[in-house]
Amino acid sequence: MQVLLSVVASVVSATTALGAVPAPPPPPTSVTAVDVPWDAGGVIEISWIAPAGSADARWLIERLTLTDAAGDEEKWVVVAEVPLGATSHTVSKLSLRGAHSFRMTAIDATGMGTPSATTKPVRAAANFFIGAKLSLFLGIILVSTCVIVCILLARGGRPLRIRRIAALDAVDNAVGRATEMGRPILFVAGIQDMDNISTVAGITVLGHVAKTAAEYDATIQVPTSRSLVMEAAREAVQASYLSAGRSDSYNPDLIRYITDEQFGFVAYVSGLMVREKPATCFYMGCFFAESLILAETGNSIGAIQIAGTAESSQLPFFVAACDYTLIGEEFFAASAYLSKEPDQMGSLKGQDVAKFLTAVVIIVGVVLATLAALAPTGAMPGALTWFKGVFGS
Amino acid sequence: MRRLIPMWIAIIAGFAMLFSAFFPVTEFFGETFGEIFSVVAAIAYVLGAGSLAKINLAKISRRDQGWGYSAITLFCFAATLFVGLGKIGVPPNAQFAALPWSGEKNAEGSAFAWIYEYGLVPITSTMFALLAFYVASAAFRAFRAKNLEAILLLSTAFIVLLGRTFAGVVLTGWFPDWASGLRLENLSVYIMQVFNTAGNRAIIIGIALGVTATSLRILLGVDRSWMGSGGNS
Repeated sequence: MQVLLSVVASVVSATTALGAVPAPPPPPTSVTAVDVPWDAGGVIEISWIAPAGSADARWLIERLTLTDAAGDEEKWVVVAEVPLGATSHTVSKLSLRGAHSFRMTAIDATGMGTPSATTKPVRAAANFFIGAKLSLFLGIILVSTCVIVCILLARGGRPLRIRRIAALDAVDNAVGRATEMGRPILFVAGIQDMDNISTVAGITVLGHVAKTAAEYDATIQVPTSRSLVMEAAREAVQASYLSAGRSDSYNPDLIRYITDEQFGFVAYVSGLMVREKPATCFYMGCFFAESLILAETGNSIGAIQIAGTAESSQLPFFVAACDYTLIGEEFFAASAYLSKEPDQMGSLKGQDVAKFLTAVVIIVGVVLATLAALAPTGAMPGALTWFKGVFGS
Repeated sequence: MRRLIPMWIAIIAGFAMLFSAFFPVTEFFGETFGEIFSVVAAIAYVLGAGSLAKINLAKISRRDQGWGYSAITLFCFAATLFVGLGKIGVPPNAQFAALPWSGEKNAEGSAFAWIYEYGLVPITSTMFALLAFYVASAAFRAFRAKNLEAILLLSTAFIVLLGRTFAGVVLTGWFPDWASGLRLENLSVYIMQVFNTAGNRAIIIGIALGVTATSLRILLGVDRSWMGSGGNS
């Protein structure tokens, strides 16, 4: 035992004598904290000049928040751990109240080093506009301008040609078929609430289908999976019956709330289909896994089926199982297409113009990317980078 | 007036939500309208429950076909409501051990959690499992080689399906390196990354434009059919 202790003591003394005691790297210098401009607030970017260090070392970034309120606890909190090679880091989700100071410390297998100088307190302020969303904002402005200009042109009496949409042309026939067969029409407006634009679009289509059903004296059943959708659907159908002059035929009990539970709702609707055998089924709204269950059940009872959804992952199922499917923007065009009003037709034309402009941007991007790949040393890569910066986010 | 007020509420709330996405100073309005929607949706639950009870009670009183199922529905609804509101079997929260109702209604060991775990989950899983059979029947119909397009679809689906199984690797793994692009697993990835992505993006761009145009129609009051066809007149 004594021998072992003497060996350890000699090793320690030898190491000390050589001055090779392992220690963490020194702290970084010039640590600065800057509020990120043009953001929603709560984000500060920290940058520093890093000294050399061992491979397994990393930086600990600590934050001290000085709040305006008296009595708040002020203490250093570790907010991030970054690799030694990094020279900057963005700290997010910071409080908008108070100012934040930062310091950095190296840490490795030997322990923690000394902390760097503390940065000046910085506020993570919110700015007037979120710069990262500029291209999206300009895109919305551009599309909106196209739509508004085309609405004004349509109001001015300019004839607008809109391509035929087979699924919407089939609505009258589908409702007529249900009337002839003496069977009900089933309308499902998806499984989401009224804060989902697909559900709103579904309810707008329901208004038109209900009006046709009222004119043909057909029965329309609308099971819903949200209470608010039930109320909106009742309003839409009631207004449609009133507009068709058949308010006496309106039955609110045919528009009913079932359950919020996805597959509970599917079980009810599938059962309803098998029992009542509707001649026509409409699926217009936001659908997920239940899309195929509903459409296949409808197919098995021989119903004519028209579907429309903005969920691109569910479109193949509807295409496979339904007679007609509204794909992509066709679903959102349904209300305007069915109403035939100049204002709405103008908005459809505006949508088409915006699509044309989008196609132009895509083609220019493809050409630029191809040229940049063919000539990587010319001006094209720079042009492509600029193009991505403008249209990329 | 009955149509005007909802329309203006939609317009104001819609613009508030839109601006709050771009201008942080208006975030408060967006959040407020989001909270108001949650409150309205919660109140609407009462209407939903009322509709459920009214329709099923009417069915029972008329002795319509299948009225027994309505009775079971109402019983289950009432039992779940009682168990959930009454917090039956809920262990108290550790912080407020003296208060028997301080725990979460769906805490482990509660009757509500038991109903969810052993009643609802198996039933919904059963419905979800039916999807496998529906996928098979839909695929059988969609992949019938009726015309050139259907043959192309069938061939593509065949390559993708085989390429994602071990059979694909076994069948074409012997292809030399210069023809490695023709191996089923590589072909499958190529189809999904190039053709499928291109088609999917085209649809998504169309949907985005449609959403923008529809939102604008509602915000400008051009499309009022969400309040019924009579709203346009």
